[in-house]
Amino acid sequence: MSPVLSLTSREEIEVHQFSWPASIGIPLLALFVQIFVSRWFGFLRIFDFPLLVTIFFAVARRRPIPGLLTGAIIGTLQDVFAGTKIGLNGIAKTMIGYLASSLGVRIDVDNPGSRFLMTFAFCLVHRILYMVIALGLVGTREPWLWAHTLVSALANGLMAVVLFTGLDRLKYRV
Amino acid sequence: MENFFSRYKNPLVLMAVLFIQVIALATQVKARGPAAEGPPLIRVWTVTAITPFERALIATSHFFRNTWNGYVDLRKVHRQNRDLQEELGRLRLENARLKTDVEQNRRLQALLDFKEQYVGQTIAAQVIGSGGSEQSHVIYIDKHKDLKPGMAVITPDGIVGKIKEVYPMSSQVVLISDRDSGAGVILENSRLQGVLHGSDLGDLRVDDIMSDEKVDVGERVMTSGGDRVYPKGLPVGIVNKVGQDSDGGPFLSIRLKPAADLNRLEEVLVVTSIAERTQSASSEQPRRAADILAQKLPSIPKPTPTPEHAAAKTAAAGSAKPSGSPTPAAGKKKTEALITASPAPATATKKIASPKQPAAAETPEASPSATPEAQQRRDPEKPPR
Repeated sequence: MSPVLSLTSREEIEVHQFSWPASIGIPLLALFVQIFVSRWFGFLRIFDFPLLVTIFFAVARRRPIPGLLTGAIIGTLQDVFAGTKIGLNGIAKTMIGYLASSLGVRIDVDNPGSRFLMTFAFCLVHRILYMVIALGLVGTREPWLWAHTLVSALANGLMAVVLFTGLDRLKYRV
Repeated sequence: MENFFSRYKNPLVLMAVLFIQVIALATQVKARGPAAEGPPLIRVWTVTAITPFERALIATSHFFRNTWNGYVDLRKVHRQNRDLQEELGRLRLENARLKTDVEQNRRLQALLDFKEQYVGQTIAAQVIGSGGSEQSHVIYIDKHKDLKPGMAVITPDGIVGKIKEVYPMSSQVVLISDRDSGAGVILENSRLQGVLHGSDLGDLRVDDIMSDEKVDVGERVMTSGGDRVYPKGLPVGIVNKVGQDSDGGPFLSIRLKPAADLNRLEEVLVVTSIAERTQSASSEQPRRAADILAQKLPSIPKPTPTPEHAAAKTAAAGSAKPSGSPTPAAGKKKTEALITASPAPATATKKIASPKQPAAAETPEASPSATPEAQQRRDPEKPPR
């Protein structure tokens, strides 16, 4: 593993794990909030809690395979509950989980600033991947709203700073 | 291989997970098309992905199969070509034979159909009498109405003669066996034309056929139609003897056996008019006899008339006296004139001067038989030297 682009050395990177209840409960809770709670609280729709959880687990574990599997499972479940084609969010979040875990190996993602920027960027990438999959594979035309996308990415970035700080208490260092 | 999987484990797992999800997504998505319920996208993708390989496989299979079939077919073609060549040769021979048969059949059909063809132009008559002597070659028929001298009298077997006199109750017919009779005839196979004459003994003979021509015994002789008396294509007789001219001329002496039994005639048909035949015995277009002669004599220079020739021709024309009854010479002249002026089949080969015998045609003196009499028979208008 080349440390050229890393801000920290391999020895300085902390690899964390989560308990099984946390590994299962947090994604389910994120999905529940995203799917059901957002019906009563419309402002929650601007957030993508499954995406935030995917990023968090990926960068915390810093292993691509668990990261992409987490993203695949969360995204697939989100598709199942959301009633969309299964695979739209699954594929997008798989890619995000892979990229996030790969990125977490190279940079320090525990910093709030980096968490904000990382989440902001991944929200945009996730949106782009979602649009590409919807347009290229499913054949549906999703409206591309730049302002909404940027605001959503900004809100998710801010939410990530807060959410990740709270979730940090559930992880333990390997 | 193990290093490869261990080194690229993460990307490989990513691709596998993405592939599974793409497949899962494709199973849910219907193909876009005019119908709302199209085939699942997974099927479209599968077919699309497999099609190139399938095409390549089929193309390869076809290539080898076509190559093998082409080789096998080529061997078959060689064998078939050899067989066809043999078949072609056999068919050529058969075709030549059939052509001959067709021509003969056409002529025979023309002969057989003449009665229907001239049924409205003939008058059936009963033979009621004969000349009463061996030297008389006339018969009498019971019809007289609408009959005129010169009309042909025939039977389905062959020609009989022509009307000589018309009486109030009957008509007299002079047979072709009479020495004063004449008719233009043609030999069926050799297509040689000649003039039919009778004799005192009642024999039929054909003159004006050069001695170098080949005439077989048994060959059928028919009317040529050139005399404007007998319709063309009627049976005349069969050659039963071929010899040299007793007068020493350059012509053959051909004896015929009449087709119609002239001694046992009971019913005959009088041809009141000769209609134009719609079916020709020859497949070629009829040509004028003058054209045929001109074609057969391209190398003979036309002699320049000298004052002596002109004077002799004038004297010969002036010495010829008209005769009420046709003599053999007069009949021959008349027949030749009719042949020259009438359409003749392209196969007619009246050998007045045949290219096959240039010595006799161009230099009569070189032939011992080129007597002035014979020369005059060939060209009656030219005076003998």
